[in-house]
Amino acid sequence: MNFLQRFFEVPSDLQNTWWGLILWQLQLTLVPVLIGLALALPLGMLCARFRWFYPPVLGVTTIFYAIPSLAFFVFLIDYTGETSLTVEIPLTVYTLVVLVPAIVDGMRSVSEDTRAAATAMGFGTLRRYLQVELPIAVPAIIAGLRVATVSSVSLVSVGMLIGNEGALGNLLSDALNYHRPLLAWDAVLTIAVLGVVLDGLLVLARRILTPWARKAASA
Amino acid sequence: MNIFGFAQQFFDDPSRWTGPDGIPTRLAEHVEYSLLALAIAMLIALPVGLVTGHTGRGGNALAALATAARALPSFGLLVLLTLLMGLGLIPVMVPLVALAVPPILVTTYEAMRGVDPSLVDAAKGMGMSRSRVLWQVELPVALPLILSGIRSAAIQIVSTATIAAYVSFGGLGRYIVDGLSQLRYEKVVGGAILVAGLALVTLGLFWALGRVLVSPGVRRSR
Amino acid sequence: MIEIDAVSKRYPDGTTAVDRLTLEIPDGSITVLVGPSGCGKTTTLRMINRMIEPTDGRILLDGQDIRERPVNALRRSMGYVIQHAGLFPHRTIVENIGTVPRLLGWDRQRSRSRALELMERVGLDQSLAKRYPYQLSGGQQQRVGVARALAADPPVLLMDEPFSAVDPIVRKGLQDELLRIQADLGKTIVFVTHDIDEAIKLGDMVAVLREGGHLAQYAPPNELLSAPADEFVEDFLGADRGIRHLSFFDTSGLELTSEPIVAEDATPEQVRARTVPQTPYLLVTDREGRPLGWARAADLAAGTDAGAGAGAGAGADADAGAHARLLPYGHAFRLGHDSLRAALDSAVLSPTGWAVAVDDEGRAAGVAAQETIAEAIRAAHAERAVSMVTADKGGRR
Repeated sequence: MNFLQRFFEVPSDLQNTWWGLILWQLQLTLVPVLIGLALALPLGMLCARFRWFYPPVLGVTTIFYAIPSLAFFVFLIDYTGETSLTVEIPLTVYTLVVLVPAIVDGMRSVSEDTRAAATAMGFGTLRRYLQVELPIAVPAIIAGLRVATVSSVSLVSVGMLIGNEGALGNLLSDALNYHRPLLAWDAVLTIAVLGVVLDGLLVLARRILTPWARKAASA
Repeated sequence: MNIFGFAQQFFDDPSRWTGPDGIPTRLAEHVEYSLLALAIAMLIALPVGLVTGHTGRGGNALAALATAARALPSFGLLVLLTLLMGLGLIPVMVPLVALAVPPILVTTYEAMRGVDPSLVDAAKGMGMSRSRVLWQVELPVALPLILSGIRSAAIQIVSTATIAAYVSFGGLGRYIVDGLSQLRYEKVVGGAILVAGLALVTLGLFWALGRVLVSPGVRRSR
Repeated sequence: MIEIDAVSKRYPDGTTAVDRLTLEIPDGSITVLVGPSGCGKTTTLRMINRMIEPTDGRILLDGQDIRERPVNALRRSMGYVIQHAGLFPHRTIVENIGTVPRLLGWDRQRSRSRALELMERVGLDQSLAKRYPYQLSGGQQQRVGVARALAADPPVLLMDEPFSAVDPIVRKGLQDELLRIQADLGKTIVFVTHDIDEAIKLGDMVAVLREGGHLAQYAPPNELLSAPADEFVEDFLGADRGIRHLSFFDTSGLELTSEPIVAEDATPEQVRARTVPQTPYLLVTDREGRPLGWARAADLAAGTDAGAGAGAGAGADADAGAHARLLPYGHAFRLGHDSLRAALDSAVLSPTGWAVAVDDEGRAAGVAAQETIAEAIRAAHAERAVSMVTADKGGRR
């Protein structure tokens, strides 16, 4: 964790340039999404395997999802202070809400025949999961990732209210205080474009990861 | 932070339950904003989703639109619009509607696309007009999934409607924002609990709606 | 009558689904379109109710070009049954069946009672009326599909591989049901299938289509079997063509003999009286005349067998041990109903080489040797050759 933190710690003067803000926004977006993915994969596999597990997991994550991000941040301040972590934890939870159903959907899209054939050929459970089921589930998982990533990008800006931990969102406080709409335009458009770019990258990733999928699939 | 302590402190206070800053009032305001935003979003997204899902055309454009709408930061939009238009309800509604349209639109489209084509074939072959096929066959079958999309949007709206408080409007966000600036954390806790509770009630409402609207013959989706 | 007049269907990518097809579908009979995948049979069917529009040619319904009628009115006047039935999952069985009547403006009461009436006609128990499709088996769903198509009493019924998705036993039941319904209602049915045996069983006229949408042959099934137009049709019909063709000959000309038949309680003298030189066996029947099995005449006459020992009144049970010495007769064919094919089958199955004929009550009506049956087949062919010359349409058994 230490290495990761240091890796991402950009010198503070750089942080205040436009590109610096973008990089910061990316960091604040990608870390929760990746951690969320890492958590959701085993969780999703369990939910797909044990059907009774799914409803309670969904229920818990939905409740957390319903807690307004600001309130969430406020609760955490006592524990994690006014740092990036305070923003990243709720974002990770929100990512989970989207990714767990996506992974379950993806796992369910693997036909029983395929699973049975793999087992009959001698694939162990973990190997089958990694080499057979997961690749087939990729389109559904990436679909969930796209929603999670794009939503996270825009949610990060709320962190601005916690001692300026909102990357591009920080522009918004200046915009409000000094009545400079341009800064607000800047924030909104940059974040939006960032979101669309990330979305496009994920679509590209899906094309690369699933060469067997036909072009007929919708975006 | 003693969450339970703060919660107790908040809810036990009798003055909390009356007056313009009372829980019933704020709750009503919050519900008002949420319903309005949901209604507008449904008005925009449902017809588009139904028609494009029925014809199958425009799926790509739809997905791109949804992505773009999702990428717009709600808070950022609120600030921008307030700066441009001054205080008003529109700067609050726009981000909420932008938030709610993508899930409703995409889910409705996919729900309609997911309807068994042989049903549509049989219906057309029997002499049903296109609009009848849409309303009497495709919609009832796609309904569970469509409802889940609207439900998802509703929950997001309920949670995000707290932003109204930043621009001097009411709603449950008022407790959170005021609590923060006044350093009275029991209000923050109370507000958050109320919002979460409202979300749960919304879930329940949609469950009941599903029981009433969806035919028992249609397999209920998650 | 439905006239398909030089109809073609070409797609923008160049494929030809149907190529200048000309066909006359007579009223009140079942016309089957059969062929391998890609032969255009489903495309042709779907052009009749304008689900697909032809690129060339026209289709006339009772002399009127179907394009002149508003398309929904046309479709409401035709029943349409598809594979997997396509039942509306959100409606009950009764509501499903009543779909077209309601479209036509019937009130709820009337369409409901019509639906119940049809359920009975297609062999569905009325208790299923309020159920939903997911609660029914595949075969039951198909029956509902047929009922739904018949609800508004359309003169024409279009069926697109309706029985292909169910297992063979259920399929046979559905086919028999269709024939029974048709005997009652006399609709004009256009039926698509890829199964040549289904085509032969159900069709009054069969159109065999080749890949690319060409008509290979259009004839009644027995003519198809006896005189395939070309190698493709012959291949498509498959092996055993000759034997399957025998299903179209009845057993009216078959000479049966009832000599070598004895009841189980026959005395040795009666046995000796029944013994014939053509076969060392005698058919043993129970006291009502129903066949039990074959026994050697010599054994029976010697009194060491079922006949002599049948003193007990319980009949079959008491002679269980004795019956063990009877050779099973295999399978009997019903006189007057079954074809020469069934008779031949009976003879071949019998360990003695003799076929057993029974009447409507199951009593033995006579036996016939393989040679006799072969003779009857030869005679039937000869007669058919004569009647073909005089252009007579053959019947089906």
